[in-house]
Amino acid sequence: MAQATRAPALPSGSDAATGGLSPQGEVWRQLRRDRLASAGLVVLALLAVIALSGKLLTEWVVVFDPTLVRLPEKLLPPLAPAGTEVAPDALPVFGRYLLGTDDLGRDVFARMLQGSFVSLSIGFVAVSIELAIGILLGGLAGFYGGRIDTLIMRFTDVMLCFPTFFLILTVVALLPPSIWNVMLVIGVTSWMGTCRFVRAELMALREQDFVRAARALGLSDARIIFRHMVPNAVAPVLVAATIGVATAILTESALSYLGFGVQPPNASWGNILSDGRAFLFDAPWLFVVPGVAILVVVLSFNLVGEGLRDALNPRLRRGR
Amino acid sequence: MAAFLLRAVAQRIGLLLVVSVIAFLVVHLAPGEPSQVDPMNPRMKPQDIARIRAAFHLDEPLPVQYAYWVRDLANGELRSFQDGRPVLARIWERFLNSVPLFAVEIVIIWTFAFPLGIHAALRRGSGYDRGTIFLAYLLISVPGYVVAYLAILWVVNSFELPVIGMRTFGLETDSGFRALMDRLWHLAIPSLMAALAGIAVLSRYVRSQMLEVVSQDYVRTARAKGLPEEQVVYRHALRNALLPFVTLLGFLIPGLIGGSVIIEQIFAWPGLGRLGYDAILARDFPLILTINFFAAALTLAGTFLSDVLYAVVDPRIRLE
Repeated sequence: MAQATRAPALPSGSDAATGGLSPQGEVWRQLRRDRLASAGLVVLALLAVIALSGKLLTEWVVVFDPTLVRLPEKLLPPLAPAGTEVAPDALPVFGRYLLGTDDLGRDVFARMLQGSFVSLSIGFVAVSIELAIGILLGGLAGFYGGRIDTLIMRFTDVMLCFPTFFLILTVVALLPPSIWNVMLVIGVTSWMGTCRFVRAELMALREQDFVRAARALGLSDARIIFRHMVPNAVAPVLVAATIGVATAILTESALSYLGFGVQPPNASWGNILSDGRAFLFDAPWLFVVPGVAILVVVLSFNLVGEGLRDALNPRLRRGR
Repeated sequence: MAAFLLRAVAQRIGLLLVVSVIAFLVVHLAPGEPSQVDPMNPRMKPQDIARIRAAFHLDEPLPVQYAYWVRDLANGELRSFQDGRPVLARIWERFLNSVPLFAVEIVIIWTFAFPLGIHAALRRGSGYDRGTIFLAYLLISVPGYVVAYLAILWVVNSFELPVIGMRTFGLETDSGFRALMDRLWHLAIPSLMAALAGIAVLSRYVRSQMLEVVSQDYVRTARAKGLPEEQVVYRHALRNALLPFVTLLGFLIPGLIGGSVIIEQIFAWPGLGRLGYDAILARDFPLILTINFFAAALTLAGTFLSDVLYAVVDPRIRLE
């Protein structure tokens, strides 16, 4: 992208002040002007911190133990102090259950912390797989065209014929239960959009001078496609990826609802939510806490994705 | 025109074949078999398992099994592993249950999404516009079953609407008007819950379409020659904004299966999605395969329908 930063900024109508900014700087500025998207970005930054500290505090240095069962303490509401029946080493931090306890007396706060990392990594790994397949196939189809293109696009059409959720459900249910299978299956069944975007962008770029120059230099096709052309098609891919993470988190929670998501003892927000619905009357926090967490995070990903889409689209920007 | 239709149909039949092969491979290569659903059952002896495997041709090589499946499907002899009833009859029976749910859902989506979207586009940037956009984001960011569960709590207590099944117990013998009203009564909440996310997505789409059209020259001309605002909006702008939605009609059809698994599960609606879910749980290969196949056929029929409709509605498009 180094050569792109040198290019003179596009005349952007009303904003005279943007003249000296690089395209990335311009996108960043647009994104920050979008209040919803910036709020989403802040939430996502927080989430990253929470997820990492969640991994740290529940698995490496166990401060909050998500698997500890305290049967006398079950279904306590948020902020309830720990009772006297609990052994001293099983006491929660601060002596209180910040988000209450579930039907086995496990600390919901600890489980949510652990689940934040699990849910987020499902989103990211699934999207990485989706992007890898989509960029590879879309890149090949867009660059070579002709028969390769026909073959790949026919295959994409075939994949689009499947009812996605039903296909995911079929495969996840038939494979042995494992968090990796969930990620893999979500990724493998959702790359078609990315593939189409990348193909369309590459077909437009194919005849550009910089591609011709790269060919003349004798670079290999793979290098031309993935080092020189794909970075120029990054805009729609970035948007699709952001929204893809949101979709993957929702898909996992839907799979959990049907009993095929992340399996216990691993906690994910999806399976905490799904377990919580049995206690909707007795312990509503078991349903509300993960529900709100999923809502806020997925909402943030969606808002940032849409904000990016607007910021990356110069045609829309001029209309403002 | 005729040549186009023929080619489109032939192409889709080819796709359907490939889809059936892939679906077959996915189902059969994944571990887990109908004979292993209940491995802990002490009454399952090795000879029983062998008998089950032989009865369902599970010992034959995969291509032979595929041939069996195609042959049985073609002459309607394909039977479910679970109860030996013909698969097509079971699917048809559930399909008839799913169609009213789906139809009411679509009607709800379209009646709400259009006014919401048009209104938002006409007042772009207003509080109403921003409010509905945010609401739409909220609705697509929450796992569908969270809203459904909260709605069940509220609705059952305050309106006494039914939220389970298709008909009132004990009313099976009633016919005519009462049965129809009972059916609609039971449809109300499930279809509304299924429609929520659809309303959110479609109203945003309507809004962006409308925005695109409203800024066109012919709309300005219509205003300039002094037409009343309603006529400008509904006769001149809306008509053109409607074009893409014709294609959308075709793309909705596959939602009949994939989108309904969870809603049917929540509301105990004996539809196609739940049939599929139960088939997956029971490793009922013929049923899983045929539902996948049926879904793919519906998808292809939908895209075909949307191509044709588009050409019918938009005189600028010619099918060649």
